[in-house]
Amino acid sequence: MIAYTIRRLLLAIPVMFGILVVTFTLSRMIPGDPCKAMLGEKATAEVCDRFRAQYGLDKPIPVQLGIYMGNVLKGDFGMSIRFSRPVTIILIERLPTTIELGLTSLMIAVLVGIPAGILSAIKRNSIIDVITMVGANIGVSMPVYWLGLILAYVFALLLKDTPFWLPPTGRLSAGLVSVPFYQVLGWEFPKESFRYHLVEFISNLYIFNSLITRDWTILKDAIQHLILPSVALSTIPLAIIARMTRSSMLEVLKQDYIRAARAKGLLRGTVIFKHAFRNALLPIVTIIGIQVGTLFAGAVLTETIFGLAGVGRILFEAITARDFPIIQAFTVVIAAGYVIANLIVDLSYVFIDPRIRLD
Amino acid sequence: MVTDLKVNQIKQKDYRSNSLWRLTLRRIFRQRSAIFGMALLGFLILIAIFAEVIAPYDPIQPLIGIENVSKREGPCIHLFGCPKDRPQHIMGIDGNVRDQFSRVLYGSRYSLYVGFTTVSFAILVGTLLGAISGYFGGWWDNIIMRLMDVLMAFPSLLLAITIVSVLGPGLQNALLAIAIVAIPVYARVVRASVLSVKEQAYVAASLALGGSHFHILLRRILPNAIPPLIVQGTLGIGTAILDAAALSFLGLGAQPPTPEWGTMLGTERNQVFTAPHLVFFPGAAIMITVLAFNLLGDGLRDAIDPRLTHQK
Repeated sequence: MIAYTIRRLLLAIPVMFGILVVTFTLSRMIPGDPCKAMLGEKATAEVCDRFRAQYGLDKPIPVQLGIYMGNVLKGDFGMSIRFSRPVTIILIERLPTTIELGLTSLMIAVLVGIPAGILSAIKRNSIIDVITMVGANIGVSMPVYWLGLILAYVFALLLKDTPFWLPPTGRLSAGLVSVPFYQVLGWEFPKESFRYHLVEFISNLYIFNSLITRDWTILKDAIQHLILPSVALSTIPLAIIARMTRSSMLEVLKQDYIRAARAKGLLRGTVIFKHAFRNALLPIVTIIGIQVGTLFAGAVLTETIFGLAGVGRILFEAITARDFPIIQAFTVVIAAGYVIANLIVDLSYVFIDPRIRLD
Repeated sequence: MVTDLKVNQIKQKDYRSNSLWRLTLRRIFRQRSAIFGMALLGFLILIAIFAEVIAPYDPIQPLIGIENVSKREGPCIHLFGCPKDRPQHIMGIDGNVRDQFSRVLYGSRYSLYVGFTTVSFAILVGTLLGAISGYFGGWWDNIIMRLMDVLMAFPSLLLAITIVSVLGPGLQNALLAIAIVAIPVYARVVRASVLSVKEQAYVAASLALGGSHFHILLRRILPNAIPPLIVQGTLGIGTAILDAAALSFLGLGAQPPTPEWGTMLGTERNQVFTAPHLVFFPGAAIMITVLAFNLLGDGLRDAIDPRLTHQK
């Protein structure tokens, strides 16, 4: 299994390389001059020449690609044109927001979707089944951003001054600052070192960070800010997971071994969870893996609506601002997310179905 | 004689009732969701056709100087107690003093147009690519399918955003982007059906009779791909409408003052706290339209998929 994992990761390298080349070429095809986009329409030719030389945009595109590849291998994604800061630093700041948002949404989708699907399958054609499936159909048909705006309206405005009030924008309330856990613990790292960047990245996962530092105010505030965006983002995956769970369970429940298990007197719950659900899990896990893509795409819209400075929003802004280094780095990160999610799904098959051998 | 006639009648009846289309149609009409989806879709198509007749106002012309209404005024429905002397606007007034109801009605035209054109384009190109890939195999197959894999490796909306950035914002370019993003699905569906029948005896027979590749593909093989394409296409229209609205919402698709639902949502999204009706109605319209296609697609799938027939 370890050999399999290593081989899969090695196989992912050419895919990532391909994606890097594609995004590099695509982003160079975006019309418009980054110099004019950054410095304004009135920028003179000399200023623009200097600007292009500074960012290496004056060299032929294949040379640019070669230099870029070399730098990426060293972990350097270049400087953002728009922010004049290293892309790696921006990534460290922005990626945790999206990871938190994505994981919470996926958690909601799985924790609600699977039980709903199971219930629907057991009580087939009952009122519960009809309600769940109608709900799931509406869920996949809803524009994420619309649901987000409606949720914001209901929870931030209509329920104001009630305990159900939830903040409509941002990651933390104004005035609150999340103190990185390494500072609380008194750890010291040389700046710019890999370990410093790593702990900085982890500490930007506010929920995780506040759990370590035991700062309950920040924890509560961060969770409150995350609820509305994650609920909005989770609807489509939730509906899809619920539907897949239902059909997969129905398929398994009509098998002979289920009847045999019931006939030998096993409890209904035991049969449903140990015999049926375990065997129905494979397609469900596969579809959960596919949802990671939906989450990334939805993150662009959700982050825009809820004022979250995450990967999706910055990528969208970078595309409109012709900020090549950011577009390239963030697309690769999203692709890496895809690859890792699919790898986890494939590895989980072994645990779900012991008959499957990965080699 | 009489018995012969009876047998003939029975035979004829059986023959008629077992024709593929008849059987499928009957199964479709047994699906509640398909019927509901079809009814909803029919209703939406009627609205789109008769928008001019139903809409009480012009969707683009502001009402300044025509009626005494103010910007972003809430809905006024006479039936629900709005004073009779005030003009009726059942979905309120938008940020440019236009009747929101009329705009939502006209929006159905754009949504249906987006859905049908993008999916037709994607099906045409996808069928061509999938057919070549599956029928000729070898290098063709490798090159085309790897290209499709690359297209599928990106989240569709992100890829569409990138393509629109290359082409420039606007409804036409957004449509093209959404169509391109959708191609791989159809290419795969067609390739799979081609592969499944390519080796059948009747195809070999057709070849032996001197049929050209084109004839065999078009008349012998591709008809097999039609049912899954119809199902995939119906579900794909829903996705295309959602994605197109999302692009417009982000300012990359249809541009104001076009009464397109995504654009309407995008221009008024910051007013959600002060004028929620301007956000609610266009979004609900998108949802209902996509729901119609999804219900119909689900129903069609259940009706056409032979694996599911014995479950009913």
